Amino acid sequence: MAEPTITLNVTRYRPGQDQAPTSQRYTIPYKNDWVVLDALNYIKDQLDGTLSYRWSCRMGVCGSCGMMVNGVPKLTCAAFLRDYQQQEIRVEPLTNFPVIRDLVIDMSDFMDKLKSVKPWIIRKTEKPLSEGEYLQSPAELEAYQQFTQCINCMLCYAACPVYGLEPDFIGPAAIALGYRYNMDSRDEGKDLRKDILTGHDGVWQCTFVGECTEVCPKHVDPAAAIQRTKVDAAKDWFTSYLLPWGQK
Amino acid sequence: MNGTRPDKSKLYYPKMPATWWLKKSSYLLFMLRELSSVFIAIFLVVYLMQVYQLSRGPEAYVAFAQKLSAPGWVIFHILALVFSLFHSITWFQSTAVVMPLRIGAWEMPRQLMTGLNVAALIAVSIVILILFNTLRG
Repeated sequence: MAEPTITLNVTRYRPGQDQAPTSQRYTIPYKNDWVVLDALNYIKDQLDGTLSYRWSCRMGVCGSCGMMVNGVPKLTCAAFLRDYQQQEIRVEPLTNFPVIRDLVIDMSDFMDKLKSVKPWIIRKTEKPLSEGEYLQSPAELEAYQQFTQCINCMLCYAACPVYGLEPDFIGPAAIALGYRYNMDSRDEGKDLRKDILTGHDGVWQCTFVGECTEVCPKHVDPAAAIQRTKVDAAKDWFTSYLLPWGQK
Repeated sequence: MNGTRPDKSKLYYPKMPATWWLKKSSYLLFMLRELSSVFIAIFLVVYLMQVYQLSRGPEAYVAFAQKLSAPGWVIFHILALVFSLFHSITWFQSTAVVMPLRIGAWEMPRQLMTGLNVAALIAVSIVILILFNTLRG
């Protein structure tokens, strides 16, 4: 009996050579336990060494192998071929990002935005080491823990039509990480993140399509982080007008 | 860090097609939710005009009400009702995401919160209907 096969329709783009991306079909052996990344690795190793794509850990931790699989942003290390049986699998670079080559996108815009929300603990004054660590209760940890799961895979940006239409929008993952530090009881940097999170390109650009949360492989729920930041910003705005003396 | 950035002149910048919202059912539902506000806004303007006619006396009000009984307006009001119900339900779904209800360590499941809000909407609507019928006598 002939070995079962499956066809991948892969986007190709050669910088300096192609005006626009094209697609190329590869028929490869079908293995029940293969993921799309295994299929790409097979193509690279056996059929076409010129194919370019990013990957690293192969276990849904590093966030490198995000691509569009049949039009949906996926970590290719977690997208099983068996879930796409009987159909050709379309593999494209993540949408809404400039393409460097084939399936490799330029992530510098995201890296800048990520940095702009200051995703680290900010203290007004650091206490000396001799005073020990900053303690936190389980309830305080619970308030932000879910948002620490972000692996910066950018699937949420590929799913977000607002980012596609308004590239200056800070975007789901960066806001979720800003929110994560704002909610951390050890952090005192909320005021320093305010301008970027609630400024022109911040949370108010979001129209709550909600797809960022749908595609997140780590169940971070960036949509909730964005809407809750809106509520916080609105509360701050009202208190600054109604209780100007109450402002820090 | 800038040294690691790709040459911008060699990048391919994809364009978002104008029909992006037809690509996924969730995008289409989002657009319908946005569109619902147009129907609700028109309904409110018509409603305010109706109240204004009421202030001008019974004849003016009846004449206006007769205009509204034209098939076009009836269809519009049915559509506005469907859109406002859709808008309300998506609003309650959003509420569950935006303002989670926590009692101690327990967080109310989102579906339960949406369900309770919908139940409250139905209850309030029934009370208004009863009041309307009672007052009409």
